[in-house]
Amino acid sequence: MNKTFVNIENISKFYGEIKALKNISFSVGEGELFGLIGPDGGGKTSLIRILTTLLKPTEGRAEINGMDIVKDFKKLRKIIGYMPGRFSLYEDLTVEENLKFFATIFNTTIKENYHLIEDIYSQIEPFKNRRAGKLSGGMKQKLALSCALIHKPEILFLDEPTTGIDAVSRVELWEMLKKLKDQNLTIIVSTPYMDEANLCDRVAFMQKGEIMEINPPETIIQEFNEPLYSVKGDDFYHLLLELRKMEITKTAFPFGDSIHLTAYNNINPSELNAMIEERMRIKTETQKISANIEDCFMAKMINTE
Amino acid sequence: MKAFLAFLKKEFYHVWRDPRSLLILIGMPMVQVILFGFAITNEIVDAKIAILDNSKDEVTQEISNKILSSKYFKLYEYLSSKDQIERAFKKGKIKIALVFENDFSQKLNRNENPKVQIIADATDPNTATTLINYISSNILDYQTKYLKNKSGGLEVVSKMEFNPQLKGVYLFVPGTITIILMLISAMMTSISIAREKEKGTMEILLVSPIKPLMVIVGKVVPYISLALINAVTILLLGVFVFGLPIRGSLLVLMLEIILFIITALGLGIFISTKVNTQQDALLISLMGLLLPTIILSGFIYPIESLPEILQYVSHVIPAKWFLIILRDIMIKGTEFGLIIKETLILFGMMMFFLIISIKNYKIRLE
Repeated sequence: MNKTFVNIENISKFYGEIKALKNISFSVGEGELFGLIGPDGGGKTSLIRILTTLLKPTEGRAEINGMDIVKDFKKLRKIIGYMPGRFSLYEDLTVEENLKFFATIFNTTIKENYHLIEDIYSQIEPFKNRRAGKLSGGMKQKLALSCALIHKPEILFLDEPTTGIDAVSRVELWEMLKKLKDQNLTIIVSTPYMDEANLCDRVAFMQKGEIMEINPPETIIQEFNEPLYSVKGDDFYHLLLELRKMEITKTAFPFGDSIHLTAYNNINPSELNAMIEERMRIKTETQKISANIEDCFMAKMINTE
Repeated sequence: MKAFLAFLKKEFYHVWRDPRSLLILIGMPMVQVILFGFAITNEIVDAKIAILDNSKDEVTQEISNKILSSKYFKLYEYLSSKDQIERAFKKGKIKIALVFENDFSQKLNRNENPKVQIIADATDPNTATTLINYISSNILDYQTKYLKNKSGGLEVVSKMEFNPQLKGVYLFVPGTITIILMLISAMMTSISIAREKEKGTMEILLVSPIKPLMVIVGKVVPYISLALINAVTILLLGVFVFGLPIRGSLLVLMLEIILFIITALGLGIFISTKVNTQQDALLISLMGLLLPTIILSGFIYPIESLPEILQYVSHVIPAKWFLIILRDIMIKGTEFGLIIKETLILFGMMMFFLIISIKNYKIRLE
């Protein structure tokens, strides 16, 4: 890992009785693309808001590039780029007016840092005179990202940037993040979509205010050592319910047009087919497969419940 | 400085591009002045009157003509019997009836006291009182003249200070200015700051080097100018349409108006530090500011006629002090020296609101 850029020590955040974050500690290296993955309500947004100086942690401390997130918040606000979870630009201002406004309040100009946002902004530039409220979801995100980058931040926080936008825009957004990372920008991004974990250097899997695991996505996949099968058959929902009742089944989840099943012990796919047929009188197609990142997270979620 | 200018520009775009608030900002003052000036007025015009003249001599004719020639009354009918009066009242045809007794002028000449009876529909007591006063003064007027010609006798002179015609406009224009300034300044700023919170743009503003003070001042400046434009519009309407005088110094008047605008803005900012949505801001501004301003400022109900406890409460209503200042300068033509106390109170309130709202302005989300 490169030089440590973000260092978080034992951060907790309570909202009254609710413990949104419990004793979180980790660090992120300079130029790293770090993912916070987990279901809604896991504490991702609270953590990002603490790191962007918007909230004070109840306990613990954190530093970004040597600056304390509570004490040095004024200095930090100059080097942070932040894209909140929901669209937070001025909808009654045009695309260009928004960008110009954010450039100016960070004491810079569009011209000065145009090279930073060129890839992204050039796609929405044809609509620069359109009011931001009239843009499509994907274009709004591109504009928001442009505004978050226009002042050349040293670290970029994105809170669920791909929630609610189309598949093509999602792919494009991650390509942009990769490019930004190549320019040595440190990026912390949260997402509820587990497949996006593959695109990060390292991911933290967050659930119920705790970090279950931090690893590069490849490591997470390698460490998965349960036998995994893909089962296809008619009467999908009924099949799923029945599979979950079988003694050999540890977990069974729908995954696209098939069901991913983890078993307690290794079993031949044709044997599994026979078992299902005997039980339910339907024909199934079963294959042994290797795990993808979602299988790993699903397994982790089950294990902790 | 550049950042501040950019912020100002953005604020003007917000105002300009929101037809709803523009309508409130520009349309409402006009409508209010015209409504208060013309429609909601204490003056009575063309009240229907019935006259039962039992003597029909030159004195009763003269009194009747005098009353009917004023713009306040319009003859409904000359009646011929007492029963008709009751019927006319019940049908709602008349507001007031006048009854002269028999042999009016003869009795007067004999130095007896002839009676004239005034009967008013008191379902609306205010109107009834006003009408009776009008008629009594007309009769008194005639009587004094008559007595003067005949035998000298007594003379009654009553004079209404400052507003001899008891014009409602004198009351309503300063009141309307007060309400409009309060609304635009306090309500619009609190809504505009609450909108940034509601839409999430405040999050981005917070995570930027822009200073809280700059955000506040940037929010305030557009509304100061809008409120000033409105104040001038209302004053012009008052002077040229309703013939309202500005007897005192125009400069002092404008300075006092600016002082009140900033006080109201301070209140607006303070409200916005306590709420998170535009709806809350609107509700609190309306309930917490508009109602007390109308009821407790002396705009509609004289403060002296409020219950004692409300009289104490009225001391903390900025509008009360501003209204005193406005009426003093505009209608009485009072010198600045005599309204220093009110000005200082208003100034103190302004500083108080500004300081607590800057203190309360959150530099984080919680």
